[in-house]
Amino acid sequence: MIAESGHYALVLALGLALIQSVVPLIGARLHDTALMNVARSTALAQLLFVGASFMALVMLHVSSDFSVANVYENSHSMKPLLYKITGVWGNHEGSMLLWVSILALFGGLVAAFGNNLPLSLRAHVLSVQGWIASAFYLFILMTSNPFLRITSPPLEGRDLNPVLQDIGLAVHPPMLYLGYVGFSISFSFAIAALMEGRIDAAWARWVRPWTLVAWIFLTLGIAMGSYWAYYELGWGGWWFWDPVENASLMPWLAGTALLHSALVMEKRNALKVWTILLSILTFSLSLLGTFLVRSGVITSVHAFATDPTRGVFILLILCLFIGGSLALFAGRATSLKQGGLFAPISREGALVLNNLLLTVACAVVLFGTLYPLAMEMLADFKMSVGAPFYNLTFAPLFALLLFAVPFGPMLAWKRGDLLGVTQRLLAAGVASLVAIAIAWAWARGGSALAPLAIGLGVFVIAGAVTDIVERTGLVRLPFATVLNRARGLPRSAWGTTLAHAGLGVALIGIVCETTWNSEYIATMKQSDVAHVAGYDVKLDRLFQRQGPNYREMIAEFNVSRDGETLSMMTPSKRSFTTRGSSTTEAALLTRGASQLYVSLGDATAEGAIAVRIYYKPMVLLIWWGPVLMAFGGVLSLSDRRLRVGAPKPARAKQRLQPAE
Amino acid sequence: MTRKQRRMTIIGGSLAVLALAAALVLNALRDSIVFFSTPTMVAEKHVEPGKRFRLGGLVQPGSLQRGDNLAVTFEVADGNAKLPVAYKGILPDLFREGQGVVAEGALDSNGVFKADTVLAKHDETYMPKDVADALKKQGHWKDDYDAKASEAKASDAKASGGSKPAATAAQGNPQGAVR
Repeated sequence: MIAESGHYALVLALGLALIQSVVPLIGARLHDTALMNVARSTALAQLLFVGASFMALVMLHVSSDFSVANVYENSHSMKPLLYKITGVWGNHEGSMLLWVSILALFGGLVAAFGNNLPLSLRAHVLSVQGWIASAFYLFILMTSNPFLRITSPPLEGRDLNPVLQDIGLAVHPPMLYLGYVGFSISFSFAIAALMEGRIDAAWARWVRPWTLVAWIFLTLGIAMGSYWAYYELGWGGWWFWDPVENASLMPWLAGTALLHSALVMEKRNALKVWTILLSILTFSLSLLGTFLVRSGVITSVHAFATDPTRGVFILLILCLFIGGSLALFAGRATSLKQGGLFAPISREGALVLNNLLLTVACAVVLFGTLYPLAMEMLADFKMSVGAPFYNLTFAPLFALLLFAVPFGPMLAWKRGDLLGVTQRLLAAGVASLVAIAIAWAWARGGSALAPLAIGLGVFVIAGAVTDIVERTGLVRLPFATVLNRARGLPRSAWGTTLAHAGLGVALIGIVCETTWNSEYIATMKQSDVAHVAGYDVKLDRLFQRQGPNYREMIAEFNVSRDGETLSMMTPSKRSFTTRGSSTTEAALLTRGASQLYVSLGDATAEGAIAVRIYYKPMVLLIWWGPVLMAFGGVLSLSDRRLRVGAPKPARAKQRLQPAE
Repeated sequence: MTRKQRRMTIIGGSLAVLALAAALVLNALRDSIVFFSTPTMVAEKHVEPGKRFRLGGLVQPGSLQRGDNLAVTFEVADGNAKLPVAYKGILPDLFREGQGVVAEGALDSNGVFKADTVLAKHDETYMPKDVADALKKQGHWKDDYDAKASEAKASDAKASGGSKPAATAAQGNPQGAVR
């Protein structure tokens, strides 16, 4: 019954989405308030029904109802409860259901908290949301229905891919989807603006918080995914330039650009057309990401042959939405009034440079992701584009961007003084030079690139801090005044500082980890000692243990430094009987921001085991950086100016009028 | 600055960044791209030693030999040709004899493929798609693979069905019913 109810709820949600896509638009044409208000109720009802459908699938997984194909193929009665729940989105059908649930959630939020939006804008926005939702409901119902029954139910399920039975997976996909799908809101706003043929600074004020929310989740989602790969895949890599990773990085780059261009539009009423285009592109890249990941096109174009309907269907959705929105943009963009003027050297100019570098970097990643696919289809040979390509292309562009980051927030709007800003950044520059000298001396020569990159990271952090120091007058003024000023600063200023500093922190982590990581790989017997980066790692014993749905071999290592015992590390290798596959559970020992990483390979007949030990200096900074960025985003979001659902400031109302 | 000059500055700046990116990409394309080959393709094309590429195929059953200190050698085959591979390190969890593998590295002067990475990026049927496609194209392996897959599924079902043989039979069906 639960499966049928879930299925039925999903069909109802499709019906509601179809109503939501048409009726409010008619209402907007006829200036009929009642029809336009249909959008609100359908969006909320849709959320209710998709929510019910999603809960139904969760219940099926929790109760291990193997008469449902999706549960049979991805669950097992012995699986711990947590992974029964997270297993819901550990497969194609379930993750698509999560996708539409989050889409409905965002639509519902706009409906619930969009009371301060002009009625016709809200109707248009929700209607566009309805189109997207309808397309994806149809996709789920026609090609990937999670509620399909099996005629003769088996007694036991086939279990979830063991690699996915991990707490990281519990959090990573929902976060990532909140980011991906969150950009649908700015997309809908952009399409609504194009259809209505008008756009103003107030529009940017409404779009920015939604973009910011999506961006925060995407940032955390990418960081989580990277950390999951780091500790779960057992070889200590945290970024692979894999198409699946690129698929999440591209919307992040475009979304970051959008966040900044919306700022220009909000403050200075300029870059309107560009902001609209970026909104469209960001969500298009999210759709492309969904397509790349979900259609199986990534490892090979020929995967279409194995499951043609799914890939073709998503490709159709992709063409429809990207093509349609770009065509609408091409047709309508010229009718939007161009905004204010600014000098190239100004805050606006800096933000344009930011956008330029971010979008070009994004284009490079897009090229690297699609080029092998295109070559395979056109020239019929296979190749892979990996880290070396991105190191030569993406890295220099991003280095340029990072160098410009501290200048941006310190330039004045309209007309900036580059020389003055350079002088004010002198302290940051000196700090960076000192860091370069220290890093170079400490590394005793070696590659000059690493110390320079660390210097760049320090420059970004110091530059971000300088901005706050200047604005609070930390050095010049008495402490009480400084405190007062700090309290008076808008939270978005703190947000900017933290987010920018986060970039520098992540960069330092990346450079330290890649340059000075030490590796030790060998077969070890009991009482063998490995010496890695000053640590002595001794294999104490090896033993087997039975887990809920796996057997594991555990190695106990005693870690000491200079004869002083620090801790015990117990990496393990689990073999899952149902799928006949195994996973490596690495053990991590955190020392400050650095980590010692131990993972196991195969055991040999004589009771020895292959062991991989890494010492990764400053590796945690790689993820602390994004967390800092996301926290900066949250601070910005809590700024009065942007608070979601905050009472409409009187000024915004006035600004709206002339556009009418 | 006039409006026109301002616009020209922005357009000029954009073009400069685009040109920079294009130059970087073209430069990177020259030597950072790695091609994919099967043992047959290697035999036909006479790949020169030292040129990096990705080798894909099936691990020849019985060819895996472990040496001292994690050195391993095995052969990668695709039905027509075989290529010896040497690797030093820990093989991925999903590495099995008779199953698909992708290794990255280069040939040495003796015609041995020195791999520095062995990839374990498989789908649940333990077959990297690149390998499956290459083998399919040669028309060698499709049936073979299907047989293997159903075999694997059967053993899967056996493992999960536990002591009830009746359940194994029941589990064979749903696959057909659903797909």
